[in-house]
Amino acid sequence: MTDWTVRGITRALLPVLLVLTALELVSGLALESFEATLLAYPSLLVLVPAVIGTAGNLGSVLSARLATAFHLGLLAFDPGDERLVGNAATTVLLALTVFPVVGVGAWAVTWATGRARLSPWTVLAVAVTSGLALAVLAVVVTVVAAYGAYRLELDPDDVVIPTVTNVCDVLGVVVLLVVSQLLV
Amino acid sequence: MSVADVVGEAYPSALPTLLVSAVGGLLAGTVLGGMEADLAAVDGLLVLVPAFLAIRGSVYGSLGSRLSSALHQGLVSPTFEPDRRVGAAALAAMLNGVGATVFATVLVVFVLPALGRPVAPLGTFLVVAVVGGLLAGLALTAVVLVVVFVGFRHGLNPDDIVGPAVTTAGDVFGMVALLAATRLALAVT
Repeated sequence: MTDWTVRGITRALLPVLLVLTALELVSGLALESFEATLLAYPSLLVLVPAVIGTAGNLGSVLSARLATAFHLGLLAFDPGDERLVGNAATTVLLALTVFPVVGVGAWAVTWATGRARLSPWTVLAVAVTSGLALAVLAVVVTVVAAYGAYRLELDPDDVVIPTVTNVCDVLGVVVLLVVSQLLV
Repeated sequence: MSVADVVGEAYPSALPTLLVSAVGGLLAGTVLGGMEADLAAVDGLLVLVPAFLAIRGSVYGSLGSRLSSALHQGLVSPTFEPDRRVGAAALAAMLNGVGATVFATVLVVFVLPALGRPVAPLGTFLVVAVVGGLLAGLALTAVVLVVVFVGFRHGLNPDDIVGPAVTTAGDVFGMVALLAATRLALAVT
């Protein structure tokens, strides 16, 4: 284990942190290219942190569960594996539960401050469509990352969870922007 | 184990955490939604937002899991008294958090002009990174210590609670710190 000094902790933490920071700037650049629309419709701006966070959480929950199942020898990378299919289905169900709450919440916040310019149905549709697309992407990214870690004999806890969480963060922004462009 | 069994076990165990952190995300979104004028005043600030929030999550999530493992191993005791190990871990989190944020702002200031987009001066961004990193870091150090130590003393496994607590608090305190630091940067530069 790492020693408990500032130097030891930094040596373990900083390299990964800087790579992930650079990756997060990609989603920042995507956001910025969409700044005019986000400023025109504050409900979409309110959605941004909630969608990013929820997408990252869906990925991290799924990857933590797959990593544990894998360590226990309970997982097969086979489309018929019950644990794989069950966890994938759970991710979609969780998205279908949480994203409607996020959509209605984002509209309600802007409505309460008197700046709602989109109908609640539009914001709800943007949140739910993004959520569904993100759930499917989270499953694909997690399974690919977990399989890659397995083939490269890396510990899935070290590699898969931070990778999936951050890739889902980036995808969260990209999907939200694409869906907004289609529906708003 | 059938597919329905897996769903029946996984769904209820993950849902509360996801809902709580979605509420945290909405609170952070409310702060961001109120920053229209600041985003318009500091070109490139929006580029920094996802990285700023993610750095807080990574650094303080790591601090939480480190303290939680150390409690399980008996390396630190769950009391709010000065401790060399806890102090070093908290200082390392602060330095890495501020350092990574400065790295992010320097990248923003160099990358945006290369893409032909406007960007605010480096000085403004450095004030945002250092002040925002310090403010969010102080708040999140307090949150992590309280959640891990108090949870442990009440017989909870800190591993189960520190992750969601950091995600939620990181979004909310991260956004508030970014807002405060941006207002300060606009006032002094």
